[in-house]
Amino acid sequence: MSKPRTIIEKVWDSHVVHEQPGAPALLYIDLHLVHEVTSPQAFQGLRERGLKVRRPDLTIATADHSIPTTDRSLPIVDPIAAKQLAQLEANCAEFGIRCLGVHSDRQGIVHVIGPELGLTQPGMTVVCGDSHTATHGAFGALAFGVGTSEVEHVLATQCLLQRRSKTFRVQVEGALRPGVSAKDIILALIARIGAGGGTASVFEYCGPAIRALSMEERMTVCNMSIEGGARAGLIAPDDTTFNYLCGRPHAPKAKAWDEALERWRGLPTDEGAAYDREVTLDGSALEPMITFGTNPGMGIPITAPVPDPARVGDANERESLAKALAYMDLQGGKPLLGRPINTVFIGSCTNGRISDLRAAAGLLKGRKVNPQVRVLVVPGSQEVKREAAAEGLPEIFRAAGAEWREPGCSMCIAMNGDQLQPGEYSVSTSNRNFEGRQGKGGRTFLASPLTAAACAITGVVTDVRTLL
Amino acid sequence: MKPFTRFASRVVALPNRNVDTDQIIPARFLKTTTKEGLDRQLFHDWRYDAEGHPRPDFVLNQPRARGAQILLAGDNFGCGSSREHAPWALTQFGFRAVISTSFADIFRQNSLKNSLLPVIVPADVHQELFALVERDPEMTLAVDLAGQKLEMPGGRAVEFPIDPFSRQCLLDGVDELGYILQHLPAIEEFEAGRAVPINTLAG
Repeated sequence: MSKPRTIIEKVWDSHVVHEQPGAPALLYIDLHLVHEVTSPQAFQGLRERGLKVRRPDLTIATADHSIPTTDRSLPIVDPIAAKQLAQLEANCAEFGIRCLGVHSDRQGIVHVIGPELGLTQPGMTVVCGDSHTATHGAFGALAFGVGTSEVEHVLATQCLLQRRSKTFRVQVEGALRPGVSAKDIILALIARIGAGGGTASVFEYCGPAIRALSMEERMTVCNMSIEGGARAGLIAPDDTTFNYLCGRPHAPKAKAWDEALERWRGLPTDEGAAYDREVTLDGSALEPMITFGTNPGMGIPITAPVPDPARVGDANERESLAKALAYMDLQGGKPLLGRPINTVFIGSCTNGRISDLRAAAGLLKGRKVNPQVRVLVVPGSQEVKREAAAEGLPEIFRAAGAEWREPGCSMCIAMNGDQLQPGEYSVSTSNRNFEGRQGKGGRTFLASPLTAAACAITGVVTDVRTLL
Repeated sequence: MKPFTRFASRVVALPNRNVDTDQIIPARFLKTTTKEGLDRQLFHDWRYDAEGHPRPDFVLNQPRARGAQILLAGDNFGCGSSREHAPWALTQFGFRAVISTSFADIFRQNSLKNSLLPVIVPADVHQELFALVERDPEMTLAVDLAGQKLEMPGGRAVEFPIDPFSRQCLLDGVDELGYILQHLPAIEEFEAGRAVPINTLAG
């Protein structure tokens, strides 16, 4: 009998090309996703060395970070962004890579389009020059973000030098209550372990509350693994995974599907496999979560008061908290509920999928957003935009007073002109509340699409359960 | 890459915990398509006021930062975005080593590829270093990668961990891509032994 293994070890082991003592393993990459921001210097590196892209058939590019979310038939106003987007298309043409660029009907956030095209599959290794690549772990893939040097390595060789990570099981028991969603699970986990709690680890999310999630909800959870410090996070594939994948453009067909299915069914963690670390959350005890500070670990149940630095024992931690509250202009010990906000952003690779938009639209239908609040709804991809249109969601958003925009990363990273003004507060369905993340001087409260929609209606931080 | 040699330098102390790469270089500067000219954008929003003037209270704007090659940083330095622009900006400013108790994984990997040495020290040494810099801003530390040690004032040495592979690559100035390319036959053999799961060029 061989030693029982976790799914993390199984995927790793099946991709090791070469390993020698004292050196990192050479790991094969099955899918490489490319976007405009972290790739130009990598393509330039290939040019300088006279190298080609080894496997264009395992590589795909799209434009998402610096792309405007306004009318695509108009020229791009920002000349630097326009140059970067044009550079992506030129690089892809030169190196033979398929590019779902500015005018493609498949353009979208890189972590939204991989799954929706059926490119992301169980047991794969997936990388992208983007830390939210962990999203693809929802399919039981080992997916992680890399820097531009590593983008170049994968373009040139389809391989990376990697060290084995620690395994970290996140068990979520019970069933979520109404008003509580996948976003609240991951915000609660990060609040528990801290922004660096998963460093050097890969999470495996397990337990009944995880099993009950749809694929889109699982992507929300895996997406924010990096905010807990883990480079990757994954969920073993099951019938939910297979049903989502079946029939997608790049999913295996016919006999190949049956063979793949048999392979995929062998991926889940073996009985008795050991993890380096484990943590358990009670899903049935979770409340809607919201962040109050300047890293995603600074989160609380929405009904709780903001932590008070005066009550923190550790001096370093007290200082960090005080700094964060000063930036956010919040007082420790006071509730967030009822606090006025300026902007609501619904979108991003965390929560820009059709089910997220449906959840927000469900609450906004027949209601109006508060006139003091600007509400941006940004679908994650052209496909999500089409699905939403087919269901009449844009009309619901517009009737409520929200803006319905073109797909992209938008105000999650604020590179494209969609941004907060200094001092403004947003409730955002994105993944980062770092200082200035949504615009210089802007202040971000991270929350679920349901909570964001509730805050859009009232104009203040609101417990969505009071509107259900 | 140039071989990483022993050096001694003054130390810039930035005690904030969980410094994310959005602080190291804000996202709006990532629209560039080259690696050059990022040093002015390092810690931009902490370093300059709304009018673009240097904030005198920020450590990088103080005389002690001039020529400093060592950044002494808080726990979990470099978390967040995978942008390699962060180590590019740090090295262009002149830093060759960052000392902390822990580094975010992607930042650490990116740093090693740019001859920026992440030095991990225990919490007590970390605190001691902050205290030393506070007491004497002109204090210098020597970083000896070959010996895997920090040489503290007074001649004491503190060892730091680094895996032998990364250490050798830095010391020899070897870049990883060159190393991977030496294994092309193994890559070809691996590819020959498995079915291709997808074809992004089809359909």
